[in-house]
Formats: sequence, C-alpha cells, structure tokens
Amino acid sequence: MENMIKVNVIDREGQIHILDAPTDMNMNIMEICKAHELPVEGICGGMALCASCQVYLESDTSLPEQGDSELAMLDQAFHVKDNSRLGCQIRIVEDIDGIVLRLAPY
Amino acid sequence: MIETDIIIIGAGPVGLFTVFEAGLLKLRCHLIDSLPSPGGQLIEIYPKKPIYDIPGYPIVNAGELVDKLMAQCAVFRPGFTLGESATHLDETEDNKYLVTTNKGTQHKAPIVIIAGGLGVFEPRKPPIPNLEKYEDIGVEYIIRDPEFYRGKKVVVSGGGDSALDWSIYLVENQIVSELSLVHRRTSFRGHLDSVQKVMDMAAAGKINLITDAEVVGIEGQGKVESVKIQHATLGLIDKQADHFVPLFGLTPSLGPIADWGLDIDKTAVKVDTFDYSTNRKGVYAIGDINTYPGKLKLILCGFHEGTLAVQSAFARIYPNKKNVLKYTTVNGVNGF
Repeated sequence: MENMIKVNVIDREGQIHILDAPTDMNMNIMEICKAHELPVEGICGGMALCASCQVYLESDTSLPEQGDSELAMLDQAFHVKDNSRLGCQIRIVEDIDGIVLRLAPY
Repeated sequence: MIETDIIIIGAGPVGLFTVFEAGLLKLRCHLIDSLPSPGGQLIEIYPKKPIYDIPGYPIVNAGELVDKLMAQCAVFRPGFTLGESATHLDETEDNKYLVTTNKGTQHKAPIVIIAGGLGVFEPRKPPIPNLEKYEDIGVEYIIRDPEFYRGKKVVVSGGGDSALDWSIYLVENQIVSELSLVHRRTSFRGHLDSVQKVMDMAAAGKINLITDAEVVGIEGQGKVESVKIQHATLGLIDKQADHFVPLFGLTPSLGPIADWGLDIDKTAVKVDTFDYSTNRKGVYAIGDINTYPGKLKLILCGFHEGTLAVQSAFARIYPNKKNVLKYTTVNGVNGF
C-alpha cells in the first residue's frame, strides 16, 4: 500500500501486533500504538516527558540519534536498557518499515 | 473551614479560566492543587514550550498563558489551597460537599468542579520489591527537612538536578555522616556546574559516587538498614544505609479521585456533555480529566467545558433565579 509501512509491536504479554502505519500523517510510534488500542498511555502527549511509551528496539532498524530531551527522560525512567527508546520520538517514516519494538513495563 | 460557591480541584489553565466564567455569574471559587503554584502541567511539565492553538494567540508560551489566565481571573479574587491534594469528597447534611486535603484542610461548597488534568503529581517510584513497605521508615521520595538526615548514612538515587542538588547540599552543610549517590549511567544530565561539583566532591572522597548502578533491593527490620546496589561490572553491592531517597521526578496519576464514586472510564471521569456533570449531582469534571464521545484533550475545549459547567452550577445553586447570558462587551467585568 502506498504511504503505509508495517510496524511490529510486541506487547507486555509477548504477543506480536503487526500494525499498518501511514507515513504521510506526521505520526509517531506512541500515536500508532494508541490508535491501535495497545496499552501505551502517552500521558505527556509526545513531549518526551513521561516515558510511558518506552519501547525496546529489537530489530536492526537504523533510527536517527536520540535528542537531548529523550535522553534526559530516559535518564529518569525505569526498566531502561541500551536499546530503550521513547515511542513518541520515533517518527513513522519509510526507513523504519518492518521495525520490531517491544513495550517496556510501565 | 473554607466556604465558597465552587470548589475547583486543579489550578491548571482550565480551572483558572473557570474562575473567570464563574465570576461573571457572581459565583466565588476556591482552587485546590497538589502543586505549589498554579498552572498545572503547563508549569510543572512544559513552562517554556509554545502553544499554537489558543484563539487569538498565534503563539504563546505555556508559562505566559498561565500568567495571563491568573491576571484575567484576579478580579474575582479566587482562593487557593496549594501544595495539598484533595483526598476526600463527602456530602454534608445541608446538601453541600466537603473536600478535604491530605493535610486536613477542609473546604465546603454546593458545587465541586474537578479540573484535575492528568491527576495528582506524585514522585516516580523505582520498581524495587518491598519499596513501599519502607516508606516513612527510611524511604523518602521528597526531602522536606534536610535536618532529618543529620548524622545519618543516606543513599540518594537519580541523575537529575534534584538528586545532584540535594547530594551537594547534604554534604556541603555537613548534615549527613555518609552520602552515596547512585546513578544508572556514568554521565549526569543536570546543570553543568552541579555535575562538576558532584564530580569534585566524589574525587575528594566527600560523596560516594556509584555510577553504572541501580538500587535493586532494601533490607532491614522495621527500618532501612541497607540497600542492595546492582553494579554493571562489580555485581551486587550491599551498602549500609539509614535512608534511601529515590529522586526521579514527578509523574501524574488519577489518585484519590478514583475512589469518589464517580463513573470512570480507564483514567478519566465520564461526563454528560450537556453541562459536563458527573454521575454525582453538583460534581462536574472538565478539561483533560474528563471523557465523553468525541473528547479532545485541548486547553481550548476545557475552556468551553468550564463555561458550560458554571452555567449549570448557577442553576443548581439558585434554582429560582433566571440567568440570562450577558456579554462582557456590554456589561464589562465587575469583580468582587
């Protein structure tokens, strides 16, 4: 499908959800998860201020470097690993087609 | 006992504008907020961030919007109970509500409007088993009185300004007998001069700096006696301690409102869009804390919700008075 990519999200019970994500709607992973009613709160609305959308990157997808605000938030968050990311800071673009992410505990 | 017409729980933008709309109907308001100053998440989370969807403001910083809302409602002289969270909602014999805070302050009014936003801001608690068992017997999430720690062995954890600043303060003023600062990474993200100071103090042996490590357990009989620290290369370290102070910032939760007998959908209060009333008569919910079909969590929508809620509140307080909408352009704003 045009302007659509696949995003694979493994929920906290280990179940894989294959989500269709549009690349032309300026969305991010947190929003895609919420739109598909996965248990991602996104309390702060995507400002990298709550870490309720923390995910672990489990594919070798190359992502842009993390910004200061994301690193600062992950510094205060729990269950953080080397492959931790904030879903709200991962933009839905063609380059991440097929990405595999696992929801961190919250 | 504080008595008023409307108790507003939450002094964020929507709560503040509701004071203004209530004032136009000659209804007095008193606001309660768990944070120490008005503004809610605009002040606590993003004071310097721009907002672009407030009508008439192409761009306004969150902090500036709060200042303007405070100025706008000042004419109606709202009361404030700040730094206290509303914990109890009880009905009184004279058909009013009594709202009590965690510090015991009582407020009475015929109308309660919940404008609680994301809920109550509470300290973010690290996922350590038994952590809550040691609360108030050696585990504190907020340092209220530094003297409390005089002569004690204290373990602070966290990597932000609050962890850095308190570590410096407790050591510099020679309050604690020993201070360990545990942080998950080697670098800190606090202010550069605070980071440098902590590094200097660690080099001088004044702060026991343990980086690449996390506190993973607490032990002690009836009080904190030691903490277990998981270090990336050194493994598990046992550290004697009288106090463990995790400082990881604040996070919002619905809090006690969940137990007030209101219809709740996930983390929001269900309301009737006719007047944003809840299932309890005289109790309304507006702004980010409510939900209804088509709900949008926008400040703009919260302003509308508050405006309609106070019209309904007026009719409830004065069932025999007819209220006619008056325009501020025609009548001006006549304060109390």
